[in-house]
Amino acid sequence: MNTVEHKIQNTSPPPPHPLPQGEGDSFDIPSPSRGEGEGGGGSLNLFLRPLFIALWLALLFLPFRGLKAAVILFIILFAAVSLLKAFKNYAGKIKGGLNGDSDHYFINILRIAVEIYGRCPYLEKLPESKARSTVFILLMSVIVLTLPFYGHDYLIDIAVLSGIYIILAQGLNIVVGFTGLLNLGFAAFYAIGAYSYALLNTKLGLGFWASLPLSLMLVTLSGFILAIPALRLRGDYLAIVTLGFGEIVRLVLNNWDSFTKGPNGIGGIGPPHIFGMRISGIGQFYYFVLIFALLAVFVIRRVAASRIGRAWIAIREDEIASSSIGINTTAYKLYSFAFGAFWAGLAGVLFAAKMQFVSPESFTFMESVLVLCMVILGGLGSIPGVILGSIILVMLPEMLREVQLYRMLALGSGLVLLMIFRPQGLMGGKGVSFRG
Amino acid sequence: MFIQQLINGLTLGGVYALIALGYTMVYGILELINFAHGEIYMLGAYLGIIFLAFFTTVGLTAYSLPLAMILTFVLSVIFCSAYGFTIEKIAYKPLRNAPRLSPLISAIGVSIFLQNYVMLTQGATDKIFPNLFEKAGIEFIGARVTYTQIFIIAASAVLMLSLNLFITKTRMGKAMRAVAQDKVMASLVGINIDTVISATFIIGSALAAVAGLMVAIYYGLVNYSIGYIAGIKAFTAAVLGGIGSIPGAMFGGVLLGLVESFSAAYISSEYKDAYAFIILIIILFIKPSGLFGKSQEEKV
Repeated sequence: MNTVEHKIQNTSPPPPHPLPQGEGDSFDIPSPSRGEGEGGGGSLNLFLRPLFIALWLALLFLPFRGLKAAVILFIILFAAVSLLKAFKNYAGKIKGGLNGDSDHYFINILRIAVEIYGRCPYLEKLPESKARSTVFILLMSVIVLTLPFYGHDYLIDIAVLSGIYIILAQGLNIVVGFTGLLNLGFAAFYAIGAYSYALLNTKLGLGFWASLPLSLMLVTLSGFILAIPALRLRGDYLAIVTLGFGEIVRLVLNNWDSFTKGPNGIGGIGPPHIFGMRISGIGQFYYFVLIFALLAVFVIRRVAASRIGRAWIAIREDEIASSSIGINTTAYKLYSFAFGAFWAGLAGVLFAAKMQFVSPESFTFMESVLVLCMVILGGLGSIPGVILGSIILVMLPEMLREVQLYRMLALGSGLVLLMIFRPQGLMGGKGVSFRG
Repeated sequence: MFIQQLINGLTLGGVYALIALGYTMVYGILELINFAHGEIYMLGAYLGIIFLAFFTTVGLTAYSLPLAMILTFVLSVIFCSAYGFTIEKIAYKPLRNAPRLSPLISAIGVSIFLQNYVMLTQGATDKIFPNLFEKAGIEFIGARVTYTQIFIIAASAVLMLSLNLFITKTRMGKAMRAVAQDKVMASLVGINIDTVISATFIIGSALAAVAGLMVAIYYGLVNYSIGYIAGIKAFTAAVLGGIGSIPGAMFGGVLLGLVESFSAAYISSEYKDAYAFIILIIILFIKPSGLFGKSQEEKV
């Protein structure tokens, strides 16, 4: 079905796009038939096409920042697009034209870039060597275990945050990565975990170890509750319902002033104790979170390899086929939601214990998107990938403090680019098809 | 009180319906929840303020206010359509044959990008729409109806009717319906799919731009974050009416506006934004295909 469609689209002539404005006429990304025809199309095409693209985008930018900024943007874009185009032509001559099956301009550029410069012998040798990977793991463990001894407090603080996000992202990885259900309101479970610990601790005076099981039970239950209406729905409807759930939870936390103190948040949350020892130093907390993160990774790994995990993956790959071989898809989806929520709740409790303060601001839609980005960047269904993704997305904003304003701009465009060029993420791609 | 809330609800509903049409048209053709659609609405509101400010400095507003307003409307609509068109080309077209959730995530990316793009270029504070229209209105059975409200209700009604005519009567409208039914067959009978998709994005964006401008006039305040919540509500409206169905989106939008205005007045206004989500969840639970939609069996 898809391939038929694909072919038909390829053979159809390039569309004359209806345009609101005349000069944008050439701004469409060439389909291969057209691209091939113009492939070596002389220097005029090399010049005109980038000119039009840059002019079009600069024109769109014009009202927002005035003429001067638009002209600067035009020059930058023109240079960038021309370079890309020239590179594509140059590479095309070397390779004797485009030989891929992809029908997209940028993908072809990227592929050629990888082919020319990506044959780095160093990269090819690196994996698949058992001794090397053991050395790598040992080295990593030493670095991770001794971090508080040599790390700056600021670094340890970021590491603690990474640990919490690793647990959170692994929870989402169960739902999105293994089971293939897109959840856009995952921050709701995170919020429920954090708020239940905050409330149990400040209102009832319960300690960390007494609140933990109660909070986790509550979160898991809320996972079940959301799953019941949600599981009747297909891919993108499910995404919207989970989004709605996330917003409702945040709105309730924000507006129920008498119980949650509304937007002011809850402060003075007590830190955890172990054998009467108060865990409050950042170094101590680092090991505390590390233990939970390792536990999460270990348990999720085991569950993913079990019968349940295999059922999840089967559902992700083809729901109808898996139900026809006797998998109770509703039940397994329910487990997936509840199990994912469980880890989000744990992350929430740890977050509340670390910050000793919670407010609805920490649990917005952007938070859900950020966690989703960690999972997608790392690779859906890949446990090491998601760890990597979480660390990258916690570290990156810290490293980019100077250009903080542009952070979200980069996140947005990064998502688009990731979907176009590498939808499987950094370490995903072992047969993960990520269907709706 | 009742009549007043009815008028307020209709005004809000007209705006929701206009945005919902963009969602439903794109969903009907691409099966994609165009997350960035709410941002187009936000862009429309901002562009309105920008162009009006420009015309004021040039002196056109003082010379003839209606002319300045018409030009503002036209320019905002053109720019928003261009944005819609460009977004489709950059972020969705390369993913047309990708798994279904990839374009959805790409759309979320576009939405984040546009929000921050506007925040960075226009500032994070609220923008004020110049108060050009006096708050005058007419008394109507005990309710006060401002001219702006009348204008919004009338304009959305006219736009919806003309869209309906466009979809049912014109060649392009027919092509759109054909593509929505079956892409492969439509292309076999000679319909250019890319053109139809571009046209869909252009029309949807134009409607959203009008909605954004009208809201900017109505509330007098615009913020870079208005697109997200309005987008979600309009999407709710589209689902309420049955996504993919154009009359459904119109009906759903008006219904949602009414529900919101009445529940804010009679239940609690604190949870104003939550009603849409609660309705959405209830609708999807009871009748996922919406009021006007047809339920579809999943094919193997």
